[in-house]
Amino acid sequence: MNSVSELSLWIEIPVAVLLVLSSLFALCGAIGLLRLKDFFQRMHPPALASTLGAWCVALASILYFSALKSTPVLHAWLIPILLAITVPVTTLLLARTSLFRKRIAGEDVPPEVSSGGRSEGGN
Amino acid sequence: MKRLFPAPWLSLALWLLWLVLNLSLSAGNLLLGAALGFLAPLMFAPLRPLPIHIRRPGVVIKLFFVVGRDVVASNIAVARGVLMAGKKPPRSRFIKIPLDLRDANGLAALSMITTVVPGTIWSELALDRSVLLLHVFDLDDEAQFIRHFKDTYERPLMEIFE
Repeated sequence: MNSVSELSLWIEIPVAVLLVLSSLFALCGAIGLLRLKDFFQRMHPPALASTLGAWCVALASILYFSALKSTPVLHAWLIPILLAITVPVTTLLLARTSLFRKRIAGEDVPPEVSSGGRSEGGN
Repeated sequence: MKRLFPAPWLSLALWLLWLVLNLSLSAGNLLLGAALGFLAPLMFAPLRPLPIHIRRPGVVIKLFFVVGRDVVASNIAVARGVLMAGKKPPRSRFIKIPLDLRDANGLAALSMITTVVPGTIWSELALDRSVLLLHVFDLDDEAQFIRHFKDTYERPLMEIFE
């Protein structure tokens, strides 16, 4: 990548800041996953990596490659959009499975919100 | 026309997606993307997706930015909660939110929003779609949270889908 030096500092600084921010959020998510105790609590921090973490990387990529090629290179935005569509599928599945198992095990979780019959997931 | 293109917006979106992914407007890619946009909805038709009627596109755009702002705010809140967890454990708990939104597509959009915003997890929907069980990472005031949830997410979705 010898073309890096051709970029002005005004592009390099925001790109670097965005990349560091993104990695900090991903790190926070990992720490949370490691340190929190309860299963449902631990489901929250990984969302940091799939939202702001991914957004910052995508933005940095757009800035960097747009500056490098001197035309807008916007397709990295597809990553956050596709993540926003796919991540809820696994998150919902995990939450529903865990609730189901914890209820059978008699752990301290709320009872089914609908009276009678089996309950249904989000979509 | 309706038979050939059961979901015209989906066809258009897939076509654009293909072109953006390939970063090309060559004849071959235009054709391949169009084939994808034409065939995919026909293949998905047996899944019987519910027809979507989107009203008030202005509200859609506004909701998009509101969710974006809330994602940034709650990212910071959850990150702080994680780092301070040793001193001050987050007040995580389940809450029940009464729902007025009944449209299946609207509820799907609502579940996407709650999952994408860190700090809330969609856990269960009552069979008659009247109550939602939500897990919140750090809950301060339950009544205020429910009011905020209904005002910022549910009402715009009702305007869009119902």
